[in-house]
Amino acid sequence: MRAFDYHQAADGTQAIEQAVRCQQAEYLGGGTNLVDLMRETVERPRTLIDVTRLSRDITDTDGGGLIIGAAATNAALAGDARVRRRYPLLARAILSGASAQIRNMATVGGNLLQRTRCAYFYDTATRCNKREPGAGCDALEGFHRYHAIFGTSSSCIATHPSDMAVALVALDARVHLRGPAGDRQLAITELHREPGERPDLETELQPEELIVAVEVPPLAMAVHSQYRKVRDRASYAFALVSVASMVELDGDIIADTRLALGGVGTKPWRAWQAEAALRGQPATAATLAAAVDAELAAARPLPGNTFKVELARRLMIAELSQRLSDARNGGDA
Amino acid sequence: MSALDTGRSGDTQPAGVALAGDYWRPEGRPDPLGEKGRSGIGAPLSRVDGADKVTGGARFAGEFRFDGMLYAALVCSTIANGRIVGIDTRDAESLDGVALVMTHQNAPRLNTPPVFLRAPNGAAGDDHPIMQTDRVHWNGQPVALVLAETQEQADAAAESIRVDYAAEPAMTDFAIAKTQARQPDNVLGGPAEIRVGDADSALAAAAYRVDATYTTPRHNHNAIEPHALTLAWVNEAEGEGETLRIHDASQCVDLAVASLAEVFGIDISRIHITSPFVGGGFGGKTLWQHQILAAAAAKLAGRPVRLALSREGVYRLVGGRACTEQRVALGADDRGRLQALIHSGVAAMTRHNNLPEPFFQATKCLYAADHIRLSIDVADMHMLANTFMRAPGESVGTFALESALDELADQLGMDPLELRARNEPERDPTSGLAFSSRQLLEAARAGAERFGWSERSATPAGRHDGEWQIGMGCATATYPYMRMPGAAASITLTPDGATVGIAAHEMGMGTATVQTQVAAARLGLPVEKIAFRYGDSRLAGSVLAGGSQQTAAIGGAVIAAQRALVAELLSLVDEHSPLSGLSPDEIECRDEGIGAIGDGSRFESYRQILASAGRSELSAEANAAESQELGNWSMHSFGTIFCEAGVSAVTGEVRVRRLLGSFDCGRILNAKTAASQFRGGMIMGLGMALMEETLFDARSGRVMNPSLADYHVPVQMDVPEIEVMWTDIPDPHTPMGSHGVGEIGITGVGAAVANAVYNACGKRVRDLPITLDRLL
Ligand SMILES: Cc1cc2nc3c(=O)[nH]c(=O)nc-3n(C[C@H](O)[C@H](O)[C@H](O)COP(=O)(O)OP(=O)(O)OC[C@H]3O[C@@H](n4cnc5c(N)ncnc54)[C@H](O)[C@@H]3O)c2cc1C
Ligand code: SF4
Repeated sequence: MRAFDYHQAADGTQAIEQAVRCQQAEYLGGGTNLVDLMRETVERPRTLIDVTRLSRDITDTDGGGLIIGAAATNAALAGDARVRRRYPLLARAILSGASAQIRNMATVGGNLLQRTRCAYFYDTATRCNKREPGAGCDALEGFHRYHAIFGTSSSCIATHPSDMAVALVALDARVHLRGPAGDRQLAITELHREPGERPDLETELQPEELIVAVEVPPLAMAVHSQYRKVRDRASYAFALVSVASMVELDGDIIADTRLALGGVGTKPWRAWQAEAALRGQPATAATLAAAVDAELAAARPLPGNTFKVELARRLMIAELSQRLSDARNGGDA
Repeated sequence: MSALDTGRSGDTQPAGVALAGDYWRPEGRPDPLGEKGRSGIGAPLSRVDGADKVTGGARFAGEFRFDGMLYAALVCSTIANGRIVGIDTRDAESLDGVALVMTHQNAPRLNTPPVFLRAPNGAAGDDHPIMQTDRVHWNGQPVALVLAETQEQADAAAESIRVDYAAEPAMTDFAIAKTQARQPDNVLGGPAEIRVGDADSALAAAAYRVDATYTTPRHNHNAIEPHALTLAWVNEAEGEGETLRIHDASQCVDLAVASLAEVFGIDISRIHITSPFVGGGFGGKTLWQHQILAAAAAKLAGRPVRLALSREGVYRLVGGRACTEQRVALGADDRGRLQALIHSGVAAMTRHNNLPEPFFQATKCLYAADHIRLSIDVADMHMLANTFMRAPGESVGTFALESALDELADQLGMDPLELRARNEPERDPTSGLAFSSRQLLEAARAGAERFGWSERSATPAGRHDGEWQIGMGCATATYPYMRMPGAAASITLTPDGATVGIAAHEMGMGTATVQTQVAAARLGLPVEKIAFRYGDSRLAGSVLAGGSQQTAAIGGAVIAAQRALVAELLSLVDEHSPLSGLSPDEIECRDEGIGAIGDGSRFESYRQILASAGRSELSAEANAAESQELGNWSMHSFGTIFCEAGVSAVTGEVRVRRLLGSFDCGRILNAKTAASQFRGGMIMGLGMALMEETLFDARSGRVMNPSLADYHVPVQMDVPEIEVMWTDIPDPHTPMGSHGVGEIGITGVGAAVANAVYNACGKRVRDLPITLDRLL
């Protein structure tokens, strides 16, 4: 790791000023990802601007949603009673990620912007288009068990690793941004980019733009939402496949649903196709199978991660079936 | 933890202990310390160094300092074979705090180190020249070393060094290398092929046959303490020249001294290594390039050096377990009697080391097959030399063998424990020797009862718990007894107690605690009056903490030293002493002194003897007796591992719900530390079964998961309730009647899990680790 300057910003506006002033500056949240990348020399910032003094409040919105300050820790968010009650999948998703120590350090902003865990991205002795555009991608014919089957390109197949983001994507959260040009909001489903030809461009953020908060809108059916993560050991491992799900029944008809997947997409993967095939349809096994197939039609697996198609299929069906049966039984999960 | 007999210490006064004699001879007398009911032995004494360890009082190798010390950082190669054609160190040299950049262009001339199992004093992992030429032999080989005033400066400087290579074709794909495998000239000093009868014909003629291929991946060492050392070239005395003083994390201080002496061309008396605490060794804390490079750089810079490998550094510089592809073929009659047993295959190796992963070791002694053929071939690869890792051979070999036994039992419709019992041999099936002690069936029976083996469904997929399919499996565990030559011990007696000194090692196993206990019982002293000193190359003897042999090796040496001490004590007493005229064989140690066996009136305390002789202390040192027992018997530890596993019918995830190990390891010396060794081994076995795998990129020969985030070992939630128990039946032919317990715990676990998975869901997985995709 090379030497760097460190500034602590009192608030978002000051952070942006500092970032504009300093060359090669990066925002520092809990540092659980960025500092690792600096140690591996994948990231070589000249300046770090600590943004953990930004708001870490979690406040109610008028309609019954929440606004979460970007500096709130992952642990605080998962432990918040309102989150647990209104959005249990969010608490579950966070708690299924990393370790207690890391969650105590990690921030909401940093979690959303954490980088992929692709081993070649971390190792500067290998070829990686995300690290070095145009260099090639060693994962394509190398180890890609953890890599994506959705949203990939011939340039990059890296997975977005966040669990929390999958839950937020399912909840249609919005990101509050502040940049040199002012404030704006973005649907979280629009925050991350698919790699295409430019895997180095990962989000829609403009230079020096900062996440200041995440807003989760009210959503009645989220009370019975769930997050299930499948991985290579019982804890402390990234998802092979994870599923965030919730349903709302109207008699025997699926009135509404949200479905998102982790571990399989180059961005936190909202299962739009499956959702569309479920909404307004009878709650039958055939409906579920058809919906899941509709989603998986877009899967482009490679030899090392072909199993994810079948795993995602089974997991989506099992989770949706469970949500439906919970809903029929009065929603008690 | 439970034991058939934990040998808890009671209130009873310690009985006298006669001197141990010739336990190694066929008609020899067993060591009296192994006798049942011997108080102190077996007691669950807590670690003598426990408080120091949990309060930070224990200093590890990377925590020592010397005045003027520099910090080291390494640059490692990124190709597997070829030459360095350019190395640009200008940026590094211009950075603040940088004192030295060492490459092959300026490194001092060093001799090639002697290699483990190839040279008598070999402690090195391979025989590559160390930073002496432009050649690169594996992806990860150190090619430059930086010394700087701080670790951060050293790291930054190392990162700024640019190396250009001319890569040459490299053999980095096991799938190709194995097609060109060769027979090594030896396996652990023995033959690479063993034949009893004609196994191939017997197999062809057998009524029941299993013939399957099993694979195991590479594994890397992940001791909690990464390798580290702090060293200086010091002038101990005027005019004597420099001494290389090393604080190392080592499981072989004496071998390391001997090897370093050869590398630097100096006398062994000019090297002094201490290693009081080691945060885990498992076979990896031997001599690798980092110690040699640190010493060379310190010499060049004229300043002391600390070198602590990063976790990634351990993956690049310290070898691990080689991958294997094993064939096990079993032929049996309809009663399950084995007629043919073939265990053969290929393991990855290099041309520069001598450790064919000895996966057939366990098969040599386990089953009474009429015809046996065992063989190991090696596939030469451009990779970091593989090395010992907890139960090398037995860990991965029992996975194959014990899975195959399960497959045969399934074919025969027989309980797998019954199949094993029917093939219990009378004598060692390959050496023909009698067993010194083999209570495997007793361990299996007791374990099965405790585990509730009778609940196992005879057919696969017979039990469910929601989406979880539940199954049970078992496998035999085994590891040889060893007592290597070279051990010696000193005992120094003072009025306040005794100090036992031996160049052995404590890597967290409990050696210091157990040997304190043993010495106390042997000398008739309370444990508080024993100081056990170890981890110092200048102490007596040379003991390797490996092969689960340390306990026996130390035991043998202390037996010899005690005899010498008693002889010295007797030579001090005059004709008025009640001990006058007694010979050592008539003596027992008791009540802080020595007395005549069976005669309470003839006794003098150590204190009295020293006082009468006007001595403040008395020392004796002796070499352990030769380990003739190994020529007289087939000597092994045994056990049976039981596993209950759940397999998700939805996701294929495996969760081990219960594990039990029932062991036959002779006399257990400390119920607490032994249980911890067994349990730790079993957890490592669980990791091997379900998740451990070094991702070795077959294109580049580069390890792609060199971190504990990406290389999976079990976390707390993966580890179920683990029960351990033991027969506690002493082996009459070993010191203390005991066997080592450090490695057997990992053996058998891979197969027990695989067999439980099969019983749970009907899928046979023959490739480790058993990840969920293999079960979808
Ligand atoms: C061993 C390990 C295991 C893990 N396992 C999991 C897992 O299973 N599931 C999972 O989801 N995660 C896992 N993680 C990742 C962890 O969740 C992230 O490291 C963490 O959430 C990042 O948060 P941080 O605040 O530390 O971010 P930092 O490391 O500080 O920053 C990450 C990135 O975000 C940027 N950034 C930070 N804050 C802002 C902001 N307010 N505005 C704009 N940019 C910002 C930084 O510049 C940087 O680029 C694991 C991490 C480790 C090390
Ligand atoms: S998958 Fe993406 S991140 Fe990984 S090596 Fe390829 S380009 Fe780099």
